[in-house]
Amino acid sequence: MRSRSAPWVLLAPFLVVFIGTMIVPIVMAIGYSFSSVERSGLLGEGGLTNSFAGFENYVKALSNANFVESIGRMVLFGIVQVTVMIVAATVLALLLETANAKWPGFFRATYFLPYGIPGVIATILWSFLYIPGLSPIVDVLGWVGLEIDFLGPNMVLWSIANIVTWTYTGYNMLIIIAQLKAIPGELYEAAKIDGASGFKVAMAIQLPLIRPALMLTIIFSIIGTLQLFAEPRLMQTMSAGITSEYTPNMSAYAFAFQYNDVGMAAAQAVIIAVSAFLLSAVALGISSWTEKRR
Amino acid sequence: MTTSNDTQHRQDPVAGRRKASPARAREGDGRAGTRDAGRKPTTTILVTAILAVVAIYFLVPVYWVVINATKSTEDLFGTSGFWFGESFQLWENIKAVLSANGGIFPRWAVNSVLYAGVGSVLATYFAVAAGYALAKYRFPGRRFVYVLVLGGVLVPGTAVALPLFFLFSSIGITNTYWSVLIPSLVSPFGLFLASIYASAAVPDELLEAGRIDGVGELGLFHRLALPQLTPAIVTIVLFQFVAIWNNYMLPLVMLADEKLYPITLGLDNWRAQTDRLPEFYQLTTGGALLSVIPLAILILVLQRFWRGGLTEGSIKG
Repeated sequence: MRSRSAPWVLLAPFLVVFIGTMIVPIVMAIGYSFSSVERSGLLGEGGLTNSFAGFENYVKALSNANFVESIGRMVLFGIVQVTVMIVAATVLALLLETANAKWPGFFRATYFLPYGIPGVIATILWSFLYIPGLSPIVDVLGWVGLEIDFLGPNMVLWSIANIVTWTYTGYNMLIIIAQLKAIPGELYEAAKIDGASGFKVAMAIQLPLIRPALMLTIIFSIIGTLQLFAEPRLMQTMSAGITSEYTPNMSAYAFAFQYNDVGMAAAQAVIIAVSAFLLSAVALGISSWTEKRR
Repeated sequence: MTTSNDTQHRQDPVAGRRKASPARAREGDGRAGTRDAGRKPTTTILVTAILAVVAIYFLVPVYWVVINATKSTEDLFGTSGFWFGESFQLWENIKAVLSANGGIFPRWAVNSVLYAGVGSVLATYFAVAAGYALAKYRFPGRRFVYVLVLGGVLVPGTAVALPLFFLFSSIGITNTYWSVLIPSLVSPFGLFLASIYASAAVPDELLEAGRIDGVGELGLFHRLALPQLTPAIVTIVLFQFVAIWNNYMLPLVMLADEKLYPITLGLDNWRAQTDRLPEFYQLTTGGALLSVIPLAILILVLQRFWRGGLTEGSIKG
């Protein structure tokens, strides 16, 4: 085999599956999002015809109060949950990397453990911990006099946030630890000679140097927020607060399979994908801009 | 590492790889030894206490499922969730889980292993071959492929699931093993990891020497490059395995037949019946325990490898 065709032979299996399962569906989704299905005849007995609808589906999606509300809900969720999670992951990573922490290997493994538990199982376990009568946590809070309805309409968003935080904090912590380990030892020695406290070392040396890892974890977390589907969908049967259009993804799913409005579902999927793409691009841009300024 | 500051480090994949290699991770816990001097007993107690309290938070659901899988349905509601009930019937519960609906649970487990096992191995092979090709050959169209795949990484998987369903239903393969397996064969993230790793770990001189000895191009990849790429391969297999195992939306969209379900979808099915039939609480709890244990062990045993893989990821940032 000539080396000119060699790279394409090696690329071929990946590209075939990649194009077939990502590029073609995305192109199809864009196509669907610009078309509308017309049912001719009173009861649709005249068959279906596809017609070009322009931006009609997008206008409908963005003027659909439930969809806009679901986006707002995810923005709120993202601001609170991603912040809490990244701060927790950073603090845990810094604590584990101080010489003062005992058994760091054990704690690291414990915090990372939830990442290996599928979101569905994690949601089932936590939802049992939210159900009054089944949950020891509700019991304990009751003894102290706290009556918290974890599945109530106002609370359930934060109960979901707790499940997501529980699952991914350890994963993000490991990314940050990996970057902390790359900080050269001389910097610590220099700081020691200057008499810097542990807190000072964290603020002046460690935090600035782990910025790339923080950026990466934040981007992944934001994309994760946009994709939120399994946790709220599973808890839908338990909480009256969760509608079938609770998150943007659930909304697209509902329009595709419950309301049979493929054009609308496709438009919503495209909006989600483009938002994720833009957010990551902006975050990457900010990240490289701040790196250049240093 | 003694020579690089942070900025250099990110531009130097070799340094990142050295840091990430499992061999390095095995040397103790790897914390900077120079910092041991400032250790104060009060600070140690305080820090360890905080870490322990946080550990309780991460262990509570796991502890709950272990304890409550041993209970009867009455005890599940009648006794404290933090301690064992009146009767200890773990084995009866597990037997019930394994035999319910004519032994559907073992079948779900086999399906999960099939989807995640076959999917992750093939996806890794494809991603490593493609990543190696992008790293080691200069050819027209290379940049285009790179940008195309980068776009693929940034588009959320769940946004593709719906259009993928329409595509698969138009060719008639929804509700088959293929409908879940085929989309699992692609790992754009794995391709990036492999190409970063290959450009650092596979020297051009090695490939040239192989060519002079008359080894074909595919032989160069399989016999010379693949052994050098082992750490990256382990990482990609693990990431892909967990990603497929945890996937919920794709099988939910694709599958209608309960017999084709992976474990996650099956357990959700059981949990949905707890409203009407309380004994399904026990089945769901037992099933959750059975499906958590193998993965928990896997995570604990392999976390050193994972750490290596996560470091590779941070280079991209």
